[in-house]
Amino acid sequence: MKWSQFFTSAVGRKFVMALTGIFLVTFLIVHVGLNSCIFADWVDTTDNGEMFNKAAHFMGSTIITRILEAVLFIGFIIHIIQGYVIEAKNRARRGQGYNIELGSRGSTWMSRSMALLGTLIFMFLILHISKFWWASRVSQDLAQVSYDGGRTEMHNLFLRMYDVFQNPVLVIIYIISVIVLGFHLWHGFHSAFRSMGVHNKKYLSLLKGLGYGFTIIVCVMFILMPVSMYLDWVNPN
Amino acid sequence: MDHYEMKLTLKVWRQANNKSKGRFETFQVDGISSEMSFLEMIDILNERLVVEGQDPIAFDHDCREGICGSCAMHINGRPHGPWHATTTCQLHMRAFKDGDTIVVEPWRANGFPIIKDLVTDRSAFDRIIQAGGFISVNTGNAVDGNALPINKDNADASFAAAACISCGACVAACKNASASLFLSAKISHLGLLPQGQPERHKRVISMVAQMDKEGFGSCTFTGACEAVCPKEIAITNISRMHKDYLAAGLSADN
Repeated sequence: MKWSQFFTSAVGRKFVMALTGIFLVTFLIVHVGLNSCIFADWVDTTDNGEMFNKAAHFMGSTIITRILEAVLFIGFIIHIIQGYVIEAKNRARRGQGYNIELGSRGSTWMSRSMALLGTLIFMFLILHISKFWWASRVSQDLAQVSYDGGRTEMHNLFLRMYDVFQNPVLVIIYIISVIVLGFHLWHGFHSAFRSMGVHNKKYLSLLKGLGYGFTIIVCVMFILMPVSMYLDWVNPN
Repeated sequence: MDHYEMKLTLKVWRQANNKSKGRFETFQVDGISSEMSFLEMIDILNERLVVEGQDPIAFDHDCREGICGSCAMHINGRPHGPWHATTTCQLHMRAFKDGDTIVVEPWRANGFPIIKDLVTDRSAFDRIIQAGGFISVNTGNAVDGNALPINKDNADASFAAAACISCGACVAACKNASASLFLSAKISHLGLLPQGQPERHKRVISMVAQMDKEGFGSCTFTGACEAVCPKEIAITNISRMHKDYLAAGLSADN
């Protein structure tokens, strides 16, 4: 079987979806972990975002993380394009629909709505990138901050986060988007492993538990970030 | 439960042939016994239609004991009707109440084109089986049962998969009209037994290629197929099929 046949069959396309999905899950671990550094200010009010800014600076100024960043973008692009290709192909498989649909009698709403959820996440991603990634990597219109007695100077991304999350509309958009991501992960996490061929019941229940736990932790942490800044639990002063 | 009689309103999909545009036709049926099977209820309606000089409703049926997989009907939005793990022929009218309206539609999938009314052409499944759902052995006398030891767990799982009656309810229920549950049942049935090993990789490659060719979608693990399968084929078989496909694709020589 040629690679082209392997990756374009109904099963092979799912391998691509699953592998990129699992890769994006690992990215979320890094993202949520790194951003949780903002909570240092919650514990120690003199931190004022220093730990987070240093972590963000490390990610932006180290060659390996920059390469990984490029790989991440490729992962996103493949996942999104392949997702739409699969959705379009699958939708075309039933020319005429039913008068009465099966609906939720055999499956969850989120498992049937991965493309819709993915589209919402994609839209959020554009907003999210324009607010933070673009500002720190491309337009560079961030305030500078210096640490260690003026020896190190870097972008004050923490201040940008705080400013952005003073807008209640954006805070609400962020909360909703994280919940949407949660729905996507709730099905996507275990489904990715099933697509890759995990059929043993003991691993499936383990992966489901892991996936649900992971989803809850990631969502709670991500929701806490805008909320804690909006409510001033975490602030730059 | 006590026997009772009911009056029902049936909305049935009528379509003269594959080329014509179909529509729902409404019928009132009286004196339906709660102990009848769903197909017997349609028989009664059809007898009346014949007497009245109308075209009876075309539907597939054969064994009427839940093992042939012919009686494909999407009843009130669910393949084979409201009962779990039941084919339409084994669905009894006590599943309904007097005065109910029942909507009956054919399987909807591009891989199953409508022939007439509720009858669809499911020969795509035959072609998928022909593509690889077999083992190539010289026939002859049956060998001694003890000559080939088989792990009991595998034998049971294989047998459970072999229960698939190829009715197509999985395709009918799947939002992607995927035939993955059917395919994976056949692949597990043979792949879990020693006799299925020599062609295990070739089988999964050929059958998946044929599934694509026939116009069925891919699996997104919603679980709708497993929920409606009259033979309770497990969705874990689909993952096993994906594993076989991965192994086959990666180990293929070219």
